[in-house]
This record gives sequence, structure tokens and C-alpha cells, in this order.
Amino acid sequence: MAQVAELSEIAAQPAGETGPVWRALRNIFPFIVTGGAWETAAHLGLFPAKFFPPLETVAATFMRLTISGVLPHHVLDTLLRLIAGFALAAIIGVGIGVAMGRSRRVEDYLLPLISVAAPIPGLAYTPLFLLWFGPGNVPSILLVAFVSTFPIIYNAWTGVKAVKDIWVRAAHAMGADDRRLFRHVILPGALPYVLTGLRLGLAQAWRILVAVEMLAAVPWGLGWMIFGAQEFLNTDVMLSGIAVIALIGVGLEKLVFQPLENFTVVRWGMVTS
Amino acid sequence: MTAERSRSLRRGFTSFIVLAAFYELVAHSGFVKPALMPPLGTIAQTLGGMLADGSMFGHAAATLARVLIGFGLAVAVGLPLGVLMARLRPVEHFVLPLASALMPIPSLAWVPVFILWFGLGDTVTVLIVFYAALFPMLLNTWSGVRAVNPIWLRAAGAMGADERRLFWKVIIPGASPFIIAGLRQSFLRSWIAVIGAEMLAASNWGLGWVIFDAQQFLNADVMMASILVIGLIGFAAERLVFGSIERATIYRWGMARMAKG
Repeated sequence: MAQVAELSEIAAQPAGETGPVWRALRNIFPFIVTGGAWETAAHLGLFPAKFFPPLETVAATFMRLTISGVLPHHVLDTLLRLIAGFALAAIIGVGIGVAMGRSRRVEDYLLPLISVAAPIPGLAYTPLFLLWFGPGNVPSILLVAFVSTFPIIYNAWTGVKAVKDIWVRAAHAMGADDRRLFRHVILPGALPYVLTGLRLGLAQAWRILVAVEMLAAVPWGLGWMIFGAQEFLNTDVMLSGIAVIALIGVGLEKLVFQPLENFTVVRWGMVTS
Repeated sequence: MTAERSRSLRRGFTSFIVLAAFYELVAHSGFVKPALMPPLGTIAQTLGGMLADGSMFGHAAATLARVLIGFGLAVAVGLPLGVLMARLRPVEHFVLPLASALMPIPSLAWVPVFILWFGLGDTVTVLIVFYAALFPMLLNTWSGVRAVNPIWLRAAGAMGADERRLFWKVIIPGASPFIIAGLRQSFLRSWIAVIGAEMLAASNWGLGWVIFDAQQFLNADVMMASILVIGLIGFAAERLVFGSIERATIYRWGMARMAKG
């Protein structure tokens, strides 16, 4: 997954020979074309307006839902679930991963279990979790945590193992005790990997949370809003929800992880931004 | 070395035994209803029964067919488009902003919209798989072709390679580590998406549908048997198909993966 182009790379594309205005126009142009095609199709009445609303209807619905506070409530509940599940996963995942990287015994005992459990799509467990914990917040948060734990464990484990032996020995020779070794050598050394794991974990959590909300019948949440709108054929509500989901997805990447990376590993010179 | 390896194996084996014993203990303790947490024997029996009457094969075949069609479409669109994006500036300028806007949307968020547009059934599932698989394929191909060392291109050009040979002999092999990584990642995403799509867009056949359907009848044994099969197929695809392809390329090009996800 390391090879995927990150959004940052895409945004940081060299603009070539031209200025920022031209670049902005160039980025907007495809949206104008697709938006135009959408509008034309919607206004020509190729499809029933209920299923294929024009963009101004979607925008109006978006504004209406935002002002009435319905949409913010959905967003808030979804984000709280994401944060709760992800925080649980981060604590457990980094803990297990670091323990596996440091101790051969822990690695031997846990790695086979994790290798078997990790490839199973977390969504497959949704009905089982619903059966065990009943519908609502508990199974949603647990599932999100469960799914995002695996990439975090893998990367923390790889990261600790990737810490150069010579750094550890040098620190030992200079009289560092276990605690200081961990705090000043292993943790910073493994951090680029740990951050990669957290980023992958958050991406996975986000990808399944929306689906879990649809299945778990939670009273509030973006997934539930989209799914519930299906019954009343409110395509405009669905599309507003999807727009918000896209914005949150971009925001998680741009506002959470890039600053965190710049502040830690890039500043320490471990990776170039 | 061998002693160390056998110790690792023994420990790994031990943890499976301990986990299974713990599960059995809880299942038989009476704290939880047997319907919610069936003993391992029951799960094995259910799995055996579903394999014997062929229903499990039917579900697995339905799911695999949906995945392969959606994944195949995503490769058929994503691969050429990725190459075009990397080779032609205008294509890149047009597709990239759209792709960066659509990519952060989880594919399953589209399920209700697609159900409204196309009705319940296979079209929705295949399209969701397509959506999930398209972007990793597209962006990996794009960055792979861009990552081809320009010196190779100039060297091949200086030695008189025409456009076609340049493409097949230099660009495609040069980009293939990325392309293979893209294929693998696309397949993993498809595999997750198909399960979710089958749960939401009910269709009578498919591993995701079986699990979801079993919830209504409190058949935890059916669920666990299906989860097991889902895991086995995913594991086989990951390790046997993509693992071997990837190992071959890693050995050939000396590239290593940094992160797993």
C-alpha cells in the first residue's frame, strides 16, 4: 500500500510552466464539464428527477439540512464513532505491534493468529457483532476498532524490527536503560512505520464505518442518513451525504495526518516530505 | 535455526489451541446462549453440511463471479487510463482532479444510490466492486508509468526503439511493480466491497448475503462457517495468487514493500 499515490503527491504535482491561477482553473475544468453533463441530463429529463436531481436541488437540500442542524448531527455522531473506534485500535494496535517487535516470544504466539484474522474483511463480522452486542453504537465502534487494528499492528511490528541494531547497541554502550532506549531510540525509529500504520488504519476504519452504520441501524450517522433516504427516494439527501463523506475523507488526510507527519518524522529528518 | 523455527511453529500452534479451548469453554459455560456462540463442533458440522449439499459452493461462486467481473472491469478501465494519464498531459489534467475527489468516498456509501438507480441485484454489487477497485488500479498504474526512469526511455530511444517497442519493452516492464501492487490492492478492496454490497443489496446468493441472512434466524454457526470461507478465499488470493506474482517481481527488480495493510 506504500506505493499508492497519496493525495499530497497529487496536489503537489509540479504545475509545469504556469501560475497558480491557471492551475486552479485547470483543476476546476473537469468538474465544470462533469457538472455540465449532469445538469444537462437532469434538465432534459432523461431520468426521473427523483432519482437524478439537478445539482441546484442537491445544493439546496445540503443547505437546508445544514441549517436545520440535521446534517451536522449526523456528521458529529459518525465522527465520534470513528474517533472512539480508531483510538481503541491505535492503543491496542501499537501496543501489540511494539510488543511483537520487541519480544520474540510474543511474536511467535501472536503472529499466526493475526495473519489468519487479518485477511478476513471486517465487514463480514458485522452481522455476528450485531448478534452479540445488539444494534447500536457498541458493535459499530468495536468493528471499526477491530478492522483498523490490523494495519496498525503490522506496521508497528515492522517498524520496531526495522530499527537499526547498531542504534540500539550504540545506545546500550552509552548506558541507556531499557526505558530510555525505548523512549529515545525505538519509538522515534519506528515512528514513520507507526504513522503509516495509523494512516492506513484510519483509512480502513473510515471505509467500513459508513457501511457499518447502514447495517447497525444506529439512530444518527451519515451512513444511516444515506441508507434511510433510500426508502423515501431522496436522492438529493443521499448525494449531500456522499459529498460530506468525501469532504471528511479529504480532511482526515490533509488536516490530521499531513500536519502530524510534518511535525514529527519530517522534522526529525526521517523521511522527506 | 531449525530449532528456532520449530519453536516458533510450536508456539504458533499453542496459541491456536489455547484460543480454541477458551472459545469452547465460554461456549459450553452457559454464560452465552448456544445460538449466539455455537461450539466449534457445530460450526464444523454446519460447514460440512453446506459443503456437502453444495450451497456453500454456490454462494462462493456467486461472490467470486461478482468480484471477478467488477475487478476485471476496473482493470480494463484503470490500466489503460492510468497509462494514458501518465503519457498525455491533458488526460492527466482532466482525470486526476476527478479521481482525487471520488477516491476518498468509500465505495459502500454509493450502495443506496446505486440501488435506487439500478434496482436490487447484481448490477449494484458489480458496480460497487468496480468503484472500489478502480482507483488503486488507476493511481498505481499512473505513478508506475511516471516512475519509469527517464534515462531508460532516452537510452531506448537512442538505440532506435519506436513508440510501440518503447511502450511494450520499457514502459510496461518498468511500471509493472506498481501495476502488480495496484492489482493486489484492487483485489483486496474488491473483496471487502463485495461482502458489504451483498449484505446491503440482497440477492439470494453470495457469501455476504448468507451471513446477513443468518442474522435474522440467529444462525451464528452459518455466519462463522461463511466467515471462515471468506477468509480462506481471501487468504488464497492474497498469498497464492498475488503473493507469488509479487515475490517474483520483488526478486526480479529487487524492490521491497515498506508497509502492509
